[in-house]
Amino acid sequence: MADIRDTARVYGRVLRAQVRSQWQYRTSMVLEILGSMVVNGLDIATVFVLFSVTGALGGFTGTEVLLMAALSAASFTVADLVAGSADKLREYVRSGLFDSLLLRPLSALLQLAVITFALRRIGRAVQGVVLYIVALCVADIPWTVERALFAAIVPISGAVFFASLFIGGATVAFWWVESGEVANAFTYGGRDFTSYPSTMYGGWFRDLFTLGIGFGFVAYFPSLVLLGKPDPLGLPTAVAWGSPLVAVVAACVATAFWRFGVRHYRSTGS
Amino acid sequence: MIISARGLRKEFTVSRKVGRFRRERHVVSAVDGVDLTVERGELLGYIGPNGAGKSTTLKMLTGVLTPSAGEVSVCGLEPVAKRTTLARRIGVVFGQRSQLWWDLPLEESFSLLRHIYRVPEGDHAARLKQCTDLLGLDEFQRTPVRQLSLGQRMRGELTAALLHGPEVLFLDEPTIGLDVLSKQAVRTFLADVDKRGDNTVVLTTHDLADIEKLCRRLVVIDHGRVVHDGTLDELHARYRSRRTIVADLDNPWPEGLTLPGAVVTAVEADARRVTLTLDGMAAGEVVAALAQAVSLRDLSVQEPDIEDVVARLYRDES
Repeated sequence: MADIRDTARVYGRVLRAQVRSQWQYRTSMVLEILGSMVVNGLDIATVFVLFSVTGALGGFTGTEVLLMAALSAASFTVADLVAGSADKLREYVRSGLFDSLLLRPLSALLQLAVITFALRRIGRAVQGVVLYIVALCVADIPWTVERALFAAIVPISGAVFFASLFIGGATVAFWWVESGEVANAFTYGGRDFTSYPSTMYGGWFRDLFTLGIGFGFVAYFPSLVLLGKPDPLGLPTAVAWGSPLVAVVAACVATAFWRFGVRHYRSTGS
Repeated sequence: MIISARGLRKEFTVSRKVGRFRRERHVVSAVDGVDLTVERGELLGYIGPNGAGKSTTLKMLTGVLTPSAGEVSVCGLEPVAKRTTLARRIGVVFGQRSQLWWDLPLEESFSLLRHIYRVPEGDHAARLKQCTDLLGLDEFQRTPVRQLSLGQRMRGELTAALLHGPEVLFLDEPTIGLDVLSKQAVRTFLADVDKRGDNTVVLTTHDLADIEKLCRRLVVIDHGRVVHDGTLDELHARYRSRRTIVADLDNPWPEGLTLPGAVVTAVEADARRVTLTLDGMAAGEVVAALAQAVSLRDLSVQEPDIEDVVARLYRDES
């Protein structure tokens, strides 16, 4: 246990050094934080405008849909803060700089997360979490102790799920340096998919994304649990309570894939 | 022995465009069955032309690359499987891959590394002091790394690689691109490290002076195979590498002139510069004979070029 605490402290130090490095260019950073908050604020405003017009979506009321959108936003922005720069792996692989991560007595994956940490994303993460808290307050939730706990856990598990996608997508760079924006189809695409009730979508597309990839377990099913509503699509409520476990599975798959990828790292000449 | 490799091999699949869409894939062996053992305290020069597989070997020894075949053990550990454990026991300087934090003062990198490697404060201070004295780090320890000259940065890298007291030091071309003074500083430092005998050092280089000053043992590799393992003298003796004399003349070189004990290998610059390769005779005797035969303006004696030796080596092999 003490060892884990020591290790965490080491990563903390490296992270602070990273932030200090970025702080050397503080004007640019402050502008970036403000800029991304404005953009994200507009995103949130869009959600409100949408609800004020339609009122209901896919069989859910405005505040219910807002809960789903807010849970998705909190999950995504927190994951983006922690792992959103994972796609920088491409540059590290292309330039061979990934070598230096492998030469240190630390996990390469956590080092990557720490050294690509972008402080400018913090504004969006704060907005995402605040929006989620607001949505919890305005939604009609039959509060119980279990639901309160669940409400605290699901944004974290949702973030873990998205972070797994970021990492999985980035890992492709070990084989395919030019992977470009392919991974973004799943991460940013997933954010958009999870922002709305799954009932809005139809057919095989809905089943594939909701259950097959597991996007339904980020915001849709957890929101149903919080609202105390049965799933119109027929998923048993007990399974919906297990949404955080899906994130655990995703994290295991992503780290296994990452390890497999590191063994296929080719480095570069000299 | 602290390093051992047996039948070490690394293959890369390279695909080449053929026509508009088709790609042809073929396998290239960067390292093709290297056997290598290094004893504790040795300083080994690992040399070969560009693309010979030097860096690839080093990357397999340090756990960066997974070998395609063969056995490898460093400090009794399998590098890839025990990467993080091994990392604490080795120090690495890859010329082009900095271990330092670009935007922070050099001393902050050192203190971060102390935490990353969990070095006790006392040990860290002692080692840092030793490096500071030997490498003259004082003047630039508070300067951000991005503002350091290449020579200063390399001195910082060497220190960074040694602060955790590694058993083995891997240096990939540590003197490449440095000015004469920095090269000398690095060489003197490495000679000192070698003299103390606490570290085993594996050094790749293209610099003949590095090899002559530092390496008692040379392993030469080409096309992924070891072609020589022994001392520098053995290498020269085996491949009859010879010194050359380059002379600038006042008058054109008389055509057909020959000197005993030397072969004319080039006549350039309107026949006013001549290159003679020594063949069995001492340089002094040839120079004396040369001075009698022609009027000399300038003269230099050049040591055999290690690259030439290696090139010759490979021609002999094939």
